[in-house]
Amino acid sequence: MNASSIPKWLLLALPIVLLAAALWLFVRFDPMQALTGNQPPVEELAVERVDLRPGDIILHVVNGGPEPVTVAQVQVDEAYWTFDIAPGPTLPRLGRATITIPYAWVQGELHEVRLLSSTGVTFDHTIEVAVATPQPDAVRWFLFGLIGVFVGVVPVGLGLMWFPLLQRLGRQTMNFILALTVGLLLFLLIDTVLEGIETAEAVPEVFHALPLVFFVGLLSFLALLGVGSRRGVRDRSTPEGRLWIATAIALGIGLHNLGEGMVVGVAVATGQAALGSFLVIGFVLHNVTEGVGIGAPMAEDRPGVLRLFGLALLAGLPAVLGAWIGGFTYSPLLAVVFFSVGAGAILQVIVEVGRLLLRKTGAEHASASWVNIGGVTAGLAVMYVTALLV
Amino acid sequence: MKNFFEGLSTRRLSRRDWLRAGGAFGLAGLAGSAALLDKRTAAAQERPEGFGPPEASAGGHAHGQMRTVGAVDDARNGFDPMKLLTDFDYGTVSTLDTGQTLRTYTFVAQDKEVEVAPGVFFPAWTYNGRVPGPTIRCVEGDRIRIEFINAGSHPHTIHFHGIHGASMDGVPGVGAGMIHTGQRTVYEFDARPFGCHLYHCHAIPLKRHIHKGLYGAFLIDPDPKRYAGAARAAAEARNHQYDACKAVHEMVMVMNGFDTNFDGDNEIYAANTVAFAYMDRPIPVRRDALQRLYLINTTEFDPINSFHLHGNFFAYYDHGTTLEPTHRTVDTIMQCQGQRGILEFSFEGFEPGPYMFHAHQSEFAELGWMGFFDVLPDAPPAA
Repeated sequence: MNASSIPKWLLLALPIVLLAAALWLFVRFDPMQALTGNQPPVEELAVERVDLRPGDIILHVVNGGPEPVTVAQVQVDEAYWTFDIAPGPTLPRLGRATITIPYAWVQGELHEVRLLSSTGVTFDHTIEVAVATPQPDAVRWFLFGLIGVFVGVVPVGLGLMWFPLLQRLGRQTMNFILALTVGLLLFLLIDTVLEGIETAEAVPEVFHALPLVFFVGLLSFLALLGVGSRRGVRDRSTPEGRLWIATAIALGIGLHNLGEGMVVGVAVATGQAALGSFLVIGFVLHNVTEGVGIGAPMAEDRPGVLRLFGLALLAGLPAVLGAWIGGFTYSPLLAVVFFSVGAGAILQVIVEVGRLLLRKTGAEHASASWVNIGGVTAGLAVMYVTALLV
Repeated sequence: MKNFFEGLSTRRLSRRDWLRAGGAFGLAGLAGSAALLDKRTAAAQERPEGFGPPEASAGGHAHGQMRTVGAVDDARNGFDPMKLLTDFDYGTVSTLDTGQTLRTYTFVAQDKEVEVAPGVFFPAWTYNGRVPGPTIRCVEGDRIRIEFINAGSHPHTIHFHGIHGASMDGVPGVGAGMIHTGQRTVYEFDARPFGCHLYHCHAIPLKRHIHKGLYGAFLIDPDPKRYAGAARAAAEARNHQYDACKAVHEMVMVMNGFDTNFDGDNEIYAANTVAFAYMDRPIPVRRDALQRLYLINTTEFDPINSFHLHGNFFAYYDHGTTLEPTHRTVDTIMQCQGQRGILEFSFEGFEPGPYMFHAHQSEFAELGWMGFFDVLPDAPPAA
């Protein structure tokens, strides 16, 4: 029998058919039964989001365990309470349900919600500070949008107003500014990754959000790398090439600011209003430096006011979107995806600005240049100090 | 470079000024939205909830929204909390050569899943398939013989609160000691002193064996022949063999709790196991009958439990070992773990309707230990 005489479709299909047969045999005879047969089911129910409406607590839950879970009873503040559950009390694996509890929650106070499954296992969720969940009406769209503008567009725009100044700087100073940009981007990279990891911990385990932070980050990095090597912008020694770098920086920073907008939106929506306004002030100070970073690669060019304005919007407006998402429909899983896309984008920008810096200082001197090291240090220091405000 | 830093420092000043304005604006915006939220929440809180008046004495939704959802399947459990109230087990009665009354019982320990609240199943250990176990009812001086068979998955015992010899105490290492799966023993002793007592498993670990459901009521009626005068009349009213007692509406409530997630804290509190059982189905009582409640605390994890009656007061006999009340005119009593007593009260001349009773630990009440007596209007005279 010669393998080459077998038709291709059969070669393709044979392992798949055998795989199906092996799986069928495994399920049919279930050798695991002997090992796990008497073990009680592992139940995992996660509260993804809580909406507080006047007179109602609404929980959005997901079954993150391997077995179906039946929600039998609900306690609020150690009292059994009536509730409605849609679509039904039994959640299959990865199934979702909405639990509506008619409860006169108290403005500004803490409430504990506890779900009892049919096996008596309990799942607790704490509402730290009860505040009505913002409903997407015109006033709130506007207010959250305004917060986003403050966090993103305003500081980045103000930072870009230094652009004419950047154009008058000497070569050494300019290199320092570029190195400073690298420093602040490094800070943002670490900050975004850590934020993603922290958020990933709130996501039900079944979604494997932690590896997602790195995989999505890597994919976004590769995608931007691909876009950046297109013909026309590939040569970084042309104004077009440098404009591309600036645009990439603006995009990366924009994705980062989306995350920041989301953080502020969530803080306001979950009743940490004081924290919310403090966050706004912190992020504003923090983000002014980002404007400098966007402008730095184009310092020798004349991009025009409109372009600069466009870049400021690209870097700043995502904060508005973030504030809306955070305020209205926050989902930890979605947040993880945003954070990791942002991290990938920032990493790509670090590579770009790093290359530019190397070319300007000469590769052999770049790493040893005190100006560059000083710039990176200054960038990290500025971000660290302003981060203390957040 | 000098130029650059000078530029930066002057800018910083103006930036800070701008921030001050921006910060104030941002705060004003947030304050505005907070005010909006306040108004809505205030409206929400005007809705009367929680402790509202019962909608109907027929039960069901009798306590607004503070309740469990659904109904417990009594048939599946094999016992009905309403019937447990008056389910007295007098044993198989015979007379010994000495003339002493002998009451024999068979107790079988078995594992059983019990629905302690609608849809919530607790892996209980039971005597004779029910929690609480059978209510033993006898008379002081009777000979009590209990054959105990362990068909459960763990070693168990029965330890009676009463006067008996060490070998009949049902504790590990004394007498028959721990009765292992598939083994049997006989506990035998004279019933004394009269009163409202209890029995429970004393196998170790004690806390787990009790809270899993191995306990029940052990009621010893006084023997009127041993007393004279007023004491004799009081004893007759307490002894199930006399008409004076038969005129009394008697009930047994074993206050218990269930730690369904085994974290050392009860998720469910109840009288006779099922959370809110007497809320969903209030206990019907007649106005003209004296009410007698045998109340026993077998709650684990919490040092005390309590009983509070609404709109009325009662006489209380701590441990039930006296013929005179130990407390008169009280509406709340507390019992530590294993403590028990007899409550006597009447609704004679009262407005008909639901009268609430519950633990006065609000937490226990709202986690299931709450119910109603439904005081019925007098029946129309027979034509």
